[in-house]
Amino acid sequence: MREKLIEFRNVSFRYGEEEPWVLKDVSFDIYKNEWVAIIGHNGSGKSTIAKLMNGLLFPQEGEIYINGQVVNQDTIWDIRKEVGMVFQNPDNQFVGTTVQDDVAFGMENRGIPRDEMIRRIDESLTAVGMQDYRLTEPHRLSGGQKQRVAIASVLAISPQVLILDEATAMLDPKGRLEIMSTVSNVQDRNELSLITITHDLREVVQAERVIVMNEGVIWDEAKPREIFAKKDRLREIGLDVPFIATLADELNKSGLRISNEPLNHEELLEDLWTLHSKM
Amino acid sequence: MNNSLIIGQYVPGNTIVHRLDPRTKITIIFFFVIFVFFANSVLSYGILTLFAIATTLITRIPLRYILKGLTPVWFLIIFTFILHIFVTKEGSVVFELFTFKIYSGGIIQGIAISLRFFLLILVTSLLTLTTTPIEITDAIEDMLHLLKKIKFPVHELALMMSISLRFIPTLMQETEKISKAQASRGVDFRTGPVKERIKAVVPLLVPLFVSAFKRAEELAMAMEARGYQGGEGRTKLRQLKIESIDFIVFIIFGCVVIGLFVTRIY
Repeated sequence: MREKLIEFRNVSFRYGEEEPWVLKDVSFDIYKNEWVAIIGHNGSGKSTIAKLMNGLLFPQEGEIYINGQVVNQDTIWDIRKEVGMVFQNPDNQFVGTTVQDDVAFGMENRGIPRDEMIRRIDESLTAVGMQDYRLTEPHRLSGGQKQRVAIASVLAISPQVLILDEATAMLDPKGRLEIMSTVSNVQDRNELSLITITHDLREVVQAERVIVMNEGVIWDEAKPREIFAKKDRLREIGLDVPFIATLADELNKSGLRISNEPLNHEELLEDLWTLHSKM
Repeated sequence: MNNSLIIGQYVPGNTIVHRLDPRTKITIIFFFVIFVFFANSVLSYGILTLFAIATTLITRIPLRYILKGLTPVWFLIIFTFILHIFVTKEGSVVFELFTFKIYSGGIIQGIAISLRFFLLILVTSLLTLTTTPIEITDAIEDMLHLLKKIKFPVHELALMMSISLRFIPTLMQETEKISKAQASRGVDFRTGPVKERIKAVVPLLVPLFVSAFKRAEELAMAMEARGYQGGEGRTKLRQLKIESIDFIVFIIFGCVVIGLFVTRIY
């Protein structure tokens, strides 16, 4: 059994006394070095989960533990060393006047010595492939590049978990690919748990486990392939099913038996060209 | 973008003036501004003008660019000059223009004050031309650090300045986007009576402010998530360093000042 990193114990949350509950009695665990995708349509409570994880919000009921430490006012500064976050809007999380200043910001806050900072800036910018842009100002970068810098800023403080809260939602398809490949690179190399929060089913493919949120409760929790198999029900809760899954469905209906739930083009192709030998 | 006003517009370069510590530059300019008011003879003005012109030449910034940047100020300089010519009634009458008597004292006074004004503007704009805004911010934060003792929020002020600087281009891009969006909906920013044009700015400003507030909120959240908890116990990546060139420049400036006072005595 792997070590638990994040535990949600019967967590309920609402933004105000009179407001409806955003999360209702939510419990789950996230383990070390695991990649978990949290998916749900707008208002399903998925972003609230992210903010609860690093103490930007506190639950009204239930507890959250990070590394066995409960999240409250007294522990948030320790917790924030372990939990790094990348937000949706690339512009509104870029604090520094240049790329290296922005990467340094989080380290400056933690009082890391200057020499160490310079070393870590190099390392983390190289990890996201932005080492040539150290002195570039944010308005000269594309959205995808800004998000890569945001990831580098988080890596620089070497947290145990990286949360991407819809980090690709405002990017063009190219930027989205950039971020997804950066993220999987980073996760391979560092000892890091990864939580990607998204409403796009295409982005859960690489995750080990998917948590589907709907109206403040956990609707399902399974491997990506098992989630994909429930296409019709996913559509009912307002999620877009990727084209490949729909195509595979249609092929099945017209009599071609595609065995597995294909997750991407390659898998479907593999299924199709080996189909004849199975028949 | 308005290019005619150069205050706040950095021209990249790698000259001695560019590489000086921003604190050195600010200190020298501060004293220069004071000492300009001590000049009282042709020679003392000569020394200060020579210093200003020499510094300008060292920066290698095209003179035309600097003079063009001073356009809005030319009007003031010329206005001061004319005012002095007509108002000052000292010395001998040089010539009569219709009913006005032009005195020699007026001309001298006019030239002196205009030159003083010109030197002030030239030297202060050299600071912003050769120093990035962020360097100036760092220098100000460093120079004001004594004020921290009386609880003056120096760090917060500097952070506010650097964040403002970082968001200027972002908000300008946004302004352009909104003005295009509004223009496509029929708002006319360019023609019509002034009153109408001022009214047309409202649909530009309202969305800009709304989005600026939203940005501020998200930025605050992102900063908090990245562990920002005020200036206490913070280290800094950007560091200012006084080097030997700074001392040399101080000595040169010291000589200029001594020269200035020597001319006052004689």
